[in-house]
Amino acid sequence: MEGCQLGRCCSAFRQSQEVACAPFSFLLFYFFLNQFFEDLTELSNVRLLVGTRKGAFILASYGKRERWDINGPLFGGWEIYHMNGSPADPNRMYASQSSGFFGQIIQRSDDGGKSWHQPGLKPGEPTKNEAGMPLAESNKFLYDASALSGKPLTSHVWYDGTAHPWEFKRVWHLQPSLNDPDTVYAGVEDAALFRTTDGGKTWHELAGLRGHPSGSQWAPGAGGMCLHTILLDPTNPKRIYAAISAAGAFRSDDAGSAWRPINRGLYSKYIPKPDAEVGHCVHKIAMHSSRPNVLYMQKHWDVMRSNDAGESWEEVSGNLPTDFGFPIAVHAHEPETIYVIPIKSDGEHYPPEGKLRVYRSRKGGNEWEALTKGLPQRDCYVDILRDSMAVDSLDQCGLYFGTTGGQIYCSVDDGDSWNTIVRDLPPVVSVEAQTLQ
Amino acid sequence: MIRVILPPHLRILARIDGEVKLDIRGQATQRSVIDALEASYPALSGTIRDPATQRRRALLRFYACEEDLSNEPPDIPLPKAVQTGEEPLLVIAAVAGG
Repeated sequence: MEGCQLGRCCSAFRQSQEVACAPFSFLLFYFFLNQFFEDLTELSNVRLLVGTRKGAFILASYGKRERWDINGPLFGGWEIYHMNGSPADPNRMYASQSSGFFGQIIQRSDDGGKSWHQPGLKPGEPTKNEAGMPLAESNKFLYDASALSGKPLTSHVWYDGTAHPWEFKRVWHLQPSLNDPDTVYAGVEDAALFRTTDGGKTWHELAGLRGHPSGSQWAPGAGGMCLHTILLDPTNPKRIYAAISAAGAFRSDDAGSAWRPINRGLYSKYIPKPDAEVGHCVHKIAMHSSRPNVLYMQKHWDVMRSNDAGESWEEVSGNLPTDFGFPIAVHAHEPETIYVIPIKSDGEHYPPEGKLRVYRSRKGGNEWEALTKGLPQRDCYVDILRDSMAVDSLDQCGLYFGTTGGQIYCSVDDGDSWNTIVRDLPPVVSVEAQTLQ
Repeated sequence: MIRVILPPHLRILARIDGEVKLDIRGQATQRSVIDALEASYPALSGTIRDPATQRRRALLRFYACEEDLSNEPPDIPLPKAVQTGEEPLLVIAAVAGG
């Protein structure tokens, strides 16, 4: 179903109203109807934050999620790798805006995406310090080279096996704290974890991750060496998970100071030592907030599960047509219901047989069923990137994913059927869902 | 007064309409122009040169007086016509891709 763009509905209705001599009652009706539509974004209880290769979009809807208001593009022409909202204050949003030409920009909104500014550069506030120097620090992601990191962190392994200096390229993923809108974690390329505690004005590396003894041996995957997954344990504020392509999964139990690999059970036959402690190309990890020790992973190949906070992993690919893919998601209310979108292979980044199918397991893996209703079942050759699937937490859980073809799909019946919210955006890089109460 | 013309993406980012005019003490160099530009428009910090290395971003180039100055050392004076404001310093985003 083509999503109704309310802005356009309003515009069309407004034009019809320009017909002269409309009765007063009709004008009154028009006023209230118009107001209803204009208020819809305010009233919406689901927002999708969509990052694309050419800007960001905010899609808003309410309970039934049948009609959507599509706002954008924001930051037109720039790549938006990720946009995320604070669980503690949904109107506080952060966006990673980047460009191969101009580098990395962090953007922040304090009003639900209506207006944006670079942290520290809010319109009307001073932009220079007393010495006249610019206050803009929000774009600086400087690797920790201090003694605090324990050692000089100078190089990692390049594609050809040689040592390569760490070079910051962009922010892949932004994960706001669960309870403080000013605290945000940023996963970056070359792989490192940064944190801000002042709303994005300044960023500091949690160097214990890159400082792990294996750090100098990490090597990039085909898409670069990115830290793409950050999971915060809602029951243990000191526990953080991170995943890196192509180093693997890591866990900190002291709020990000010290880290250790959690890759036991992963088997990657394309690396020199298939069961190595690090070197695995993890694509995404997901957890359910009610059971934070259960983790689900889409690896380069293989779908994996851990029941012990990553201490060990078992394969749960089961009857999937291919176990290559990028995103993985957990149903908001059913911790054993998980979703993946199989992709043909690492050399052919499109759905097998040209059929776009979401696969669902209601048993936490191994037994999968194809979900096809409403999705193209012929001639479909899009990809679905690792951050492009999300769930909301309304009573009837909504599932969403975006494609490199620019479509955003939505299901409000656990994946049994899908609707198209919008079909012609730029290639979608990321989708986050905000549930507004 | 130094005149600088930026690529459209950076003008939008910094909410700049048209040319930028900068007052710079002494002889203007690439470095002093970018310093002044970032001081006047902090939103541009890090967009023209990498904040860590201070190197010009690879896909941006500097032109003035029909010359490519991109690979000139950052501390040598800019051409006289730029110093006097007769000619602008152009920051050009590479025309790249297929």
